[in-house]
Parts: sequence; C-alpha cells; structure tokens
Amino acid sequence: MSSFLLRRLLILLATLLAASLVVFAVLQILPGDPAAIMLGTGARADTLAALRHRLGLDAPLALRYLHWMVGMLTGDFGVSYTYSVPVRVLVAERVMVSLPLALLAIVLSTAIAIPVGVLAAARRGRAADAATMGIAQIGVAIPNFWLGLLLILLFAIRLPWLPASGFPGWGAGAWPALRALVLPALALALPQAAILARVTRAAVIETLGEDFVRTARAKGLTRNAALWRHAVPNALVPVVTLIGLQFSFLLAGTVIVENVFTLPGLGRLVFQAIAQRDLIVVQDLVVLLAGSVILVNFLVDLAAAWIDPRQRRSGA
Amino acid sequence: MSSIWRSRNLIAGAALSLAMLAVALLSLIWTPYPPTGMDFLHRLAPPSAVHPFGTDSFGRDVLSMIMTGAQSSLTVALIAVAVGAGIGVPLGALAASRGGLLDDVVMRGCDLAFAFPALLTAVMITALAGPGAVNAMLAIGIFNIPVFARVTRGAARGVLVREFVLAARTAGRSDTAIVLIHVLPNIAAVLMVQATIQFALAIVADAGLSYVGLGVQPPQPSWGRMLNEAQTFIWRAPLLAVFPGLAITLAVLGLNLLGDGMQDLLDPRLRRAR
Amino acid sequence: MNRRIAALAAGALLAAGTALAAGTALAAGTDAAKDSLTLGMVLEPPHLDPTAGAASAIREVTYANIYEGLTRIDHDGQVRPGLAESWSISTDGLTYTFKLVGGVKFHDGSPFNCDVVKFSYGRATAPDSVNAQKQLFEPIADVSCPDQYTAVVKLKRPTALFLFDMGWGDAVMVSPKSAATNKTDPVGTGPFRFKQWVHGDRVVLERNPDYWGAAPKLKTVTFKFVADPSAATAAVLAGDIDAFPLFPAPEAIDQFKADPRFKVVIGTTEGKTIVALNNTRKPFDDVRVRRALTYAIDRSALIDAAMSGYGKPIGSHYVPTDPGYVDLTGTYPYDPEKAKQLLKDAGVAPGTEITIMLPPPSYARRGGEVIAAMWEKVGIKTKLVPIEWAQWLDQVFMRTDYQATIISHTEARDLDIYARDKYYFNYHSDAYRALYEKFVQTVDAKAQLELVGELQKKLAEDEPNVFLFALAKVGVANAKLRGLWENDPVPANDVTGVSWAE
Repeated sequence: MSSFLLRRLLILLATLLAASLVVFAVLQILPGDPAAIMLGTGARADTLAALRHRLGLDAPLALRYLHWMVGMLTGDFGVSYTYSVPVRVLVAERVMVSLPLALLAIVLSTAIAIPVGVLAAARRGRAADAATMGIAQIGVAIPNFWLGLLLILLFAIRLPWLPASGFPGWGAGAWPALRALVLPALALALPQAAILARVTRAAVIETLGEDFVRTARAKGLTRNAALWRHAVPNALVPVVTLIGLQFSFLLAGTVIVENVFTLPGLGRLVFQAIAQRDLIVVQDLVVLLAGSVILVNFLVDLAAAWIDPRQRRSGA
Repeated sequence: MSSIWRSRNLIAGAALSLAMLAVALLSLIWTPYPPTGMDFLHRLAPPSAVHPFGTDSFGRDVLSMIMTGAQSSLTVALIAVAVGAGIGVPLGALAASRGGLLDDVVMRGCDLAFAFPALLTAVMITALAGPGAVNAMLAIGIFNIPVFARVTRGAARGVLVREFVLAARTAGRSDTAIVLIHVLPNIAAVLMVQATIQFALAIVADAGLSYVGLGVQPPQPSWGRMLNEAQTFIWRAPLLAVFPGLAITLAVLGLNLLGDGMQDLLDPRLRRAR
Repeated sequence: MNRRIAALAAGALLAAGTALAAGTALAAGTDAAKDSLTLGMVLEPPHLDPTAGAASAIREVTYANIYEGLTRIDHDGQVRPGLAESWSISTDGLTYTFKLVGGVKFHDGSPFNCDVVKFSYGRATAPDSVNAQKQLFEPIADVSCPDQYTAVVKLKRPTALFLFDMGWGDAVMVSPKSAATNKTDPVGTGPFRFKQWVHGDRVVLERNPDYWGAAPKLKTVTFKFVADPSAATAAVLAGDIDAFPLFPAPEAIDQFKADPRFKVVIGTTEGKTIVALNNTRKPFDDVRVRRALTYAIDRSALIDAAMSGYGKPIGSHYVPTDPGYVDLTGTYPYDPEKAKQLLKDAGVAPGTEITIMLPPPSYARRGGEVIAAMWEKVGIKTKLVPIEWAQWLDQVFMRTDYQATIISHTEARDLDIYARDKYYFNYHSDAYRALYEKFVQTVDAKAQLELVGELQKKLAEDEPNVFLFALAKVGVANAKLRGLWENDPVPANDVTGVSWAE
C-alpha cells in the first residue's frame, strides 16, 4: 500500500511540475507587457524599465520560472499587477465563494442523485424508473448556465424569493450569503445530479445481480435490506469516483455560471485577470486549479481503494 | 422492455439530431427573415404569428436567429470533434500498438491535459488568442484529443491481443498496416459513440464560450450570445432567455440519446443493466 | 502628445462594463435615521491614487470625498474654492496667488500648508511623474510660499482653463508623508477617510470627524462594484444598492420609472461617442467616404436601439451642455441614397469591408451591431472585432493599427485632440490647427466661445470621425436620497452633500 502511495505521489508531483511549466510557457509567448499595462499609456521608457526591474520581468526566463515556483512553494504567489495586492489575498477572497458553492452543489447533487438512482434501480423497468430516468436524460442535456437563467427567471423575477445575482460576502452573515448561493448551486447541481443518478442506478443494478447479494437474499434478508446493506455499498466505487470528478469540475468549471450570477469566485477572477492582462494572477490560478484537480483525483483514487469491498473483505 | 428502450433512444436521438441538422441546412438557404436584419420599430416584440419566437432588442427575428445559430453551433462542434479525433485517434492507436515509452508519454500527456479544467482553459485560450469561431473550435478541440487518445488506446489494446491480429503479426504485417486494417475497423463503433458524446459536450462548451462573448462573433448569431443578451433584457422580455436554451438542450438531448442508443447496441452487458 | 489618453479609454469604461465582480451589500436596515449609503459603480478602480492613474473609477470613489484640490469643480461644472478659499490673478494672467484654508489636517494628522501645494504640484511636474494628466501642470513654472497659507503659482504662459484644470482629480493635494502609499491606503484632506477595500467587491469610506469644512451627514459610504447590467438591476431593485449614478442597464429604466421607491435621473455627460476612423488609411483619407458613412447612420434609431433612447445626437466633437455649443447634427442628415452616391463617387465598391474594433462598453458593442446593419444598407460590409481595454489601448490607441473603432471621449472640451501632431485617428488639418492656436491665445471670453463654434464647424466639415451622440448619465437612486449630482462634469461621486429624507 505504501509503495502504491509513494508511486502515486511521485506521479502527482511530476504532473504538477509539468502543468506549471506548460502554463508558464504559454503565458510567456503572449503579447502584452504587464509593466506597460500597469503604467498606462503615458509611461516613459525609463519608468517602464524601472518597473520591469522591480517586477523581475527583465530576468532570464529560467530564473523567472524558478523564482515563481519557489515563491509558490513558500506561499508567496506574487503581487497582482492590477490591484497591487498579493495574489494570495485575492485568491483567499475568491475561494470563500467558489469552495462553498462547489460544496453546496456537490451536496445537493449527491443528496438528490443517490436516493433517486437507488430507487430507480429497485423499481427497475417500472413506471417510476422510466419517468426518473427520462427526466435524468433531459437533465443531462440542459446546460447549467441556461438552467441558471431559468432559475433566475422563476425564483428571482416571477417569484421574488431569492437574489438574482451577486454575493453579499460572508461578512453580511451566513444566511444572506447562503441565500445568494442557492440558485447558482442548484444550477450547477441538477445537471450533475442527473448524471450521478444514472450512474448510481446502473451500478446498483449491476451489484444486485452479483452473487453476494443473491446469497444475502437467500439468507433471508428482505429485498430492501439486501438493497441498502449490500447492493448500495458495493455500488459506491464508481459513484464516489464520479463525485470526485464532479467536485474538481465544479471547483474550476463554474466560470460560466459565476458569470450568470455575477459571483466573485475563482472562475470570474481568472476571467477578469485575463481581460486586464493580470498575467501573474492567471498563471497562479491556473496552476492552483490544475493542482487541486490533480489532488482531488488522487484523493478519490485513495477513497476508491479504501471502500473497495474486495480490499475491505480481505482485511476483515 | 429493454429492447423497446433501446430502439426508442436510438430513434428519438436520430430524429432529433437529423432535425437539428435539417434546420441548420435549411437556414443556409431560407429563414423567415434575414437573421441579421434589424427592425428598429419592432423591438422586443412578444411571440406572434409574424414572429413566432418574437424579436430581440434590435428587432431581429428570434426564430431566424436560432435557425442560423444551429449552423455555427454544429460547425464549431463538428470541427472541434474532428480536431480531437484527428489527433487523438492516431495517438491512441500508436500508443497501443507500440507500447513502451511512447505509450507512457502519451498516457501521461493525457493525464496532464485532464488536470486542466477544460472549460476554464478554453475560456483562457479564446480570451488570450482572441475571441472567434476558429479559436473556439481549437480550444474545445484540444480537450478532445486526450479523450479520443484514451478511448482509442483502450479499445485498440483489446483488439490487439485477439487471434487474427496475432496471426497478421506472424504473417509479417507492419504495425501501421495492422492498425489500419485490423484495429480501426474493429473499434470504429466505439469511436462513433465517443464522437457522439463529445459532439454534445462540444455544443455545450461552444454555447458557454459564446455566452461569455468568446465564441462566434456578431453579427453572426449564436445561441450562447443570444442567451447573454437575453439576460440583459430578462426583466422586459423573459421569453428571449428561453428559446435559445431550448435549442441547445434539444441538440444535446438528441446527440445523447443517439449515443446511448448506439452504446446499447454495442454493449450487451450494459444493455442488461439498463 | 499623450494628453488624456488613458483617461479617455478608462473614462469610457463608465458606460458599461468590462470587468469586475459583483455582489450586493446587505441593505442596512430601514430605520429612519439612516446615515449610510451604498453606491453602485460599474468598474472597480485599480487603486485609489488619482495622481497616479487615469481610470475614472479612481475619481468616482475619491474625488471630493477623500481628496481635495485647491479648486474644485462643482455639480454644475463651475469652478469653486476648495483648499484655496480665494485667489487672485495678475493682469498678465501669469501669476496666481492662492489663499489657503488654515488649520487643515490630512487624515493621518499631517498638516496642510503651502509646502504641501509645492510638493503636490512639484510631484506632478517632476520628470518621473506618473500623473496621467501631466499636461495640466505643464504651464506651471514655479510655486513659492511667501507664508504658510499663501501659495503663489507662476505660469509659463496664460492658460485660460488653469483654475478648472486644478480642480481635476489629478490635481488634488497629497501629503508628502503618505503620497507613496496612497494607492492602497489613500490619505487626503476630505470629509471621508478610507476604511476598507474588499477587492472585486467594494470600497468603504467613513466620516472624517476632524474635517475642516461642514461635516457630511453620512457616516459610512460603500462603493459597490457591479459590472453586469442585469446584476445591477437586481441589486437596485432589491435595495442592496441605494444609488447607481451611472447605471449600466438603460433597458431596465422603464421599470424603475414606474416604481415609486426609485427615482430616475437622466443627466448629461461629456461622453462624445464617435466612430473613430483612421484618417490615413484608405478609404478614410477621402472626406467623401467619411461623410457618406455619416449620412448612412440614423442617429436617433441608433440611440433607441443601442442605448434604449438615452443620449443626444451630436454633429461635432462637442456636447450640447458645454459653453459655445453649435448644433451641427443637420450637416449630414440620415440619407442612405446620398451615402451610396458619395461612396460611388469616391470609388468605394459595394461590398467593401470595414473592420470596427469594439471595446467592452455596451455603447460600443451594441452600437457596433446597429452601425454594421446601417452601413450594410449602403453596401459596406463590416467585421466587428470585440477587444478588451488593454488591447484597445495598445493596438488602436498607441499603434493606430486599426480601421475604425467606436469610443466615447469623456474629457470635457477636448477640441485640442484634433490639433495634435499625432493622435490615434490621424487627422491632419493646418486650417484647424491655426484656428485652435488662435483659440488658445484668445483671452476674451466671448471671442473664445465664437472660436469654439468655428472649431466645431471645421470638424463637422471635415468629419474626421463619425460623430454619433453624447452619452447620457442614466442614474437610478432610492427616492429618499437627496443631494447626488445629476450631471457628470467631471468623473466623480461627490457624496459630501448627500442625505436621506425622513
């Protein structure tokens, strides 16, 4: 197990390193001098040169990469060209929106999908199954940003229950902040729930057909008990893997939905930083996001290995 | 029951997809109004007999715009998938047939690509390289490469150990010949299914990029941008935010059903589960 | 040459949004004694030092609230005393003697006196100055301090608008102690001091208890940044934002008009919205083409469709509210047939393609679509290219690598840009320059106004750019709010006189 872990960790580090190299290289070949953008058009050549020096932009590429990487590792993400504040501060502010949003969405999606998927599996072939899976089929096809618009139309305009957009900040209290996240979280969660419900259903149906479930039934367990005690836990591996994938998707893939609801999250920060050519922020964020995707995938692999019934059974 | 489901999926999917294609083709030669024609006297008109879906804030006919939007949406998605398959399939086949270091490199490259959040990176690429249809195709296409590479490699490895391949190898066929003659025809169906799924994803991605202003540029209509504009007028003309989204959903639904239907045909084990 | 360059672009940001994130503040209750204000802005300032950046957003937060200058420009565009309580001008127009207000302290406790004036102006004129409006200070030859509260400013030459210029946000007084850190921790002499900045969301100011002038009624002011039109609408409707002076969603205005909780204020701005043409590029080097492109545009339909009807047509580079305005909108009335004829005469074949660069504000993005449709009708094809501000500044403004662009020039009375050696639309007219030179030399106010008229007419005749309309200041506010500016003579949100009605 530990050699497996070590190997996975090494691969993880190598992937992170490669990702950082790719991002750095891509952003270097882009036109646009950050110093010139910071100073505006009236800048004189000497002021520009001084600023470039202060930002370290006149150093050789390899040195700059090294400097950036060492900074990232020690928690110094550099200073935003646009705001003149540490990128760390900006990211910390935005994570406080994106992370709760992603968590809320994943909780909603799981809470909807697993019961629906399991029940559909239990009533396989009947009307309830056909109806839920039909809805799921449509749910998968709805783009989350359009769903967001529809939710705004329904629950913010027709029925003015929830805010149509914006985020008051956690400083305004947990309730107003959560209220602002409900619609975007739903917009993100429902299509994900549709996918997850389908996978759950398929996985449960598969385990229902396996020997140990049949044995359990033969031992006199009720249909329901066999379902929840044996079939469902054993169907969890693909489900957990998918939840992990969805979480990393939600952390970074919300850029469009953040635009729909004008939420000051990470996706929007990347978007704004690109528009303002605040390249240090772009560079940091993409690596951070890629890093968290890699990390989440790693954790999911571990979790899957841990719940895998074969491993547990061999341990018991 | 399951066989009915299967054929239903396939039939419904094929019908929807063909309808979408037909609309796109029809819009090349005919739309009720010119899709870019502005009518400043009839702005934000509600649906009526004259304008079945109403008009937008410039007085353009929404139905005509949606019809024309199908064109760009399908084109961008098709080319994005073609780029992905065109590069990914040979890479995957090569990795499977050569194995060793090359296989490792290709697969690690795929891992690397998967680490980047696809949509966000596509946003980054188009925003930095300049918004427009071509860059959108490339940005979406790039993320299709590792998908096709993995699927091709996986499926090809399954075929490569089969007896007729071993026989061909003993007969002295080259790797390339084996891949072309024996492997590709055998995995074509799997690739078709994957292409259908990717096609649907590409349509959503394209709509997302257009929504944030990075896809097809005006005056050429696009579904995503129509939604974006509709949001500005959502208080006055809420229906504008409904029709383009419906178009995207139907297109994606059609392709998903088609993909599911094809997969069921291919994979009897899965069919059992459904 | 770079006069007011970035300011023009950054100023144009006013009308609609590129960037920043939104969020809505929690409405601060509805008690009768409300003494806080949340004000919406489209763009977030990059920093808070108006002497080191061109963005209008900096002034919209800080002007008159945090920082003050010797003079200030009031809501009616008039020059009023600021930190100088009075002044006298020598007969040759070269010496300005300012009498300073005594006993004023900066927010950090450092004193305001003539040394500060000397420091502030010296800093703006220094070779390494990063002041975005350096040219305003260029006429200054010397500042001397006969006593602590008297500042004598000597000029190199008579400068008609000197007092007006010293009222700009760029000419505010900064303390030598805090000048270097004003970007992130602004320190001025104004009635409000800086409290907090949540990046991407809001800036909070609080009342300065030691203010030298009349104490403001508000205790705290929050500037909230909401770029998105629909988000702005939602935030105002929900009461999360009390006032949005430059409201980015004119299409939602009717809704506010019908609602007694709100008042809608339609004012004017200096925003001269034009299709700027690169005059050295073919076919724009031919005046017939430039005129034809103007004939092809139905300004009122354009304003209706792109700006929901808010805006005033202009026929030259001057807005109706400025002194000496001449109505030249009839010079090239909407006439597609005439446009076609002129294009034919100039040898421009039908189907010729023009590329228009569109910066982010909706006047450009939406206006571009309408103009494309209008030009299409006279046989001109257009390619619309949306670009971000950074790219606009670089490609269009600095390198003049473009054919046409839509832009709003937000500086007041900036007829001088057409007299420059090199400016991004590359207009060259010796006649215009001579006329402008004459205007600068003229001291008599009436003769000045006449020349302003001549200048406008000359521009309308040559039509170097297609003059479209003056941007309106479309503002929405809570009906109980009193004392906000209606017009926008300079970029500012002066909240010193704002209060809540009972």
